[in-house]
Amino acid sequence: MKFILMMTGKRADWDEYAKWSKEDMERNVAFMRAFNKEIKDAGVFVATEGLAWPGEAKFVRAGKHGEPVTDGVFPESKEFLAGYWIIDVESAEQAYKIAARVSAAPGPGGKPGAVPVEVRQVLSGHADLGL
Amino acid sequence: MADPDLPIEHLLRELAPQVLSPIVRRFRDFAAAEDAVQEALIAATAQWPREGVPANPRAWLIQVASRRMADHIRSEVARRRREQVAAEEAERLALPVDAGAESGEDDTLLLLFMCCHPALTRASAIALTLRAVGGLTTAEIANAFLVPEATMAQRISRAKQSIMESEIPFQLPTAEDRAQRLRAVLHVLYLIFNEGYTSSAGPRLRRADLSDEAIRLTRIVYDREPDDTEVAGLLALMLLTDARRAARIGPNGELIPLAQQNRTLWDRQQIAEGIALLSTALPKGSVGSYQLQAAIAAVHDEATRTEDTDWPQILALYELLKRMSDNPMIVLNHAVAAAMVHGPRKGLELLNALDSDPRIAERHRLEAVRAHLLEMAGDHQAAITHYRNAASRATSLPERNYLMMQAARLSQLRPTDQKDSSGCK
Repeated sequence: MKFILMMTGKRADWDEYAKWSKEDMERNVAFMRAFNKEIKDAGVFVATEGLAWPGEAKFVRAGKHGEPVTDGVFPESKEFLAGYWIIDVESAEQAYKIAARVSAAPGPGGKPGAVPVEVRQVLSGHADLGL
Repeated sequence: MADPDLPIEHLLRELAPQVLSPIVRRFRDFAAAEDAVQEALIAATAQWPREGVPANPRAWLIQVASRRMADHIRSEVARRRREQVAAEEAERLALPVDAGAESGEDDTLLLLFMCCHPALTRASAIALTLRAVGGLTTAEIANAFLVPEATMAQRISRAKQSIMESEIPFQLPTAEDRAQRLRAVLHVLYLIFNEGYTSSAGPRLRRADLSDEAIRLTRIVYDREPDDTEVAGLLALMLLTDARRAARIGPNGELIPLAQQNRTLWDRQQIAEGIALLSTALPKGSVGSYQLQAAIAAVHDEATRTEDTDWPQILALYELLKRMSDNPMIVLNHAVAAAMVHGPRKGLELLNALDSDPRIAERHRLEAVRAHLLEMAGDHQAAITHYRNAASRATSLPERNYLMMQAARLSQLRPTDQKDSSGCK
């Protein structure tokens, strides 16, 4: 079963992150690198990407003639995607465990964090109606 | 013996386990032997189309794989720089591997017992079986499961690690373990078949190949264990199910349920083979769940029109299955059969028992069947609700599309129904 783990944050979280000390950032980067290696070694890794900061994020809608109409004004409370992992595991519980692991990525002072990670199943399961 | 007229790719897949087993016997290192054989297969894929298939392809592969093993051992020895080991290994290298082309020492079953060992995770056992016994490359397996090649490689190496750590010996299981270990092999083959047959994701051709591969491997087991009725049962089940392959997916990738399939597209030859296998196995006594499932598939396949389906017989078979295993999917299918024989209300009543079963209560399949039976009972309003519930829980796109479509179809009928029930003229 494939799951996507989406790490999210509000714009303020990025502003906070920008103020971290060098050690805190290094610790965090090292953790992420180790985490990626971990899921690769476990044979569950499918894909991962990190996204650019949300400062330049745009909502795009089709205009009357299909032209892009953009809007970049978001409320402070809006959740943005920071990055995602797609994993292939044998159960939802296994996906939750891995999500919890990355959610605990170290924050300022090396304290384990509790970053929200949205976990959703990817629709690539078996198609058998049983009818 | 391998048929020399087979296409090279097929020939190699057939030879893979026959090459691997003497190498494992000789060098007693399954993990390294399996890598060496994989390299030999890849070398053959590159070389044979250009230079022709050697006179004795198996001996050729054994020779190349042995050379790789020798290289591997030499570098290991150099790495470890241990005189004692070096002396021992050097001695071993001096002995040729007995290619025994005609001795026909066939350890395919033994390899399957290893690759499908209960100590491995399901995903690992599947991957290792496809590579070590099926002769597929890591890239092909990764492609079939839509994961990166490195991930599949990792799964395979973890599987081998588990084999090493559990010290699973390269020998046939003891008589008392044998039946249970054979069940584990059949289960892995069954999973490979299902992966190919029911998965909607990815390049269809490749996925279908997984069903073919499962059938091919199960045939190999059947050749070696023709008297095991469950082996015959599983092979029959695969053939009888796979026979409907062409009819179950529409031109736009949409799922077509059994009742609406164009039955002229079913593979009659495959059905005949499955039925013949089953007819030989069933009278032998010990009837297991694969035989019963195959028997159910056979009853469906024998009906040239949906309305000719012998539902009472299917119901009776599900009753036997239900007694044999505690599987909620069987209870679910039993309820469908009961609905077809005794009416939808009876089926719905049986479904209630599943609401408290955590293995299926929250799954879309239960909701889909409930919706279907409610529709049969004429309660369209409730059927729509349950079709939508099922859609919201579906785990595959074609399945979700199908369920949404059913809800939409019934919704469009509703105005007429309401007129009728309100008595407006």
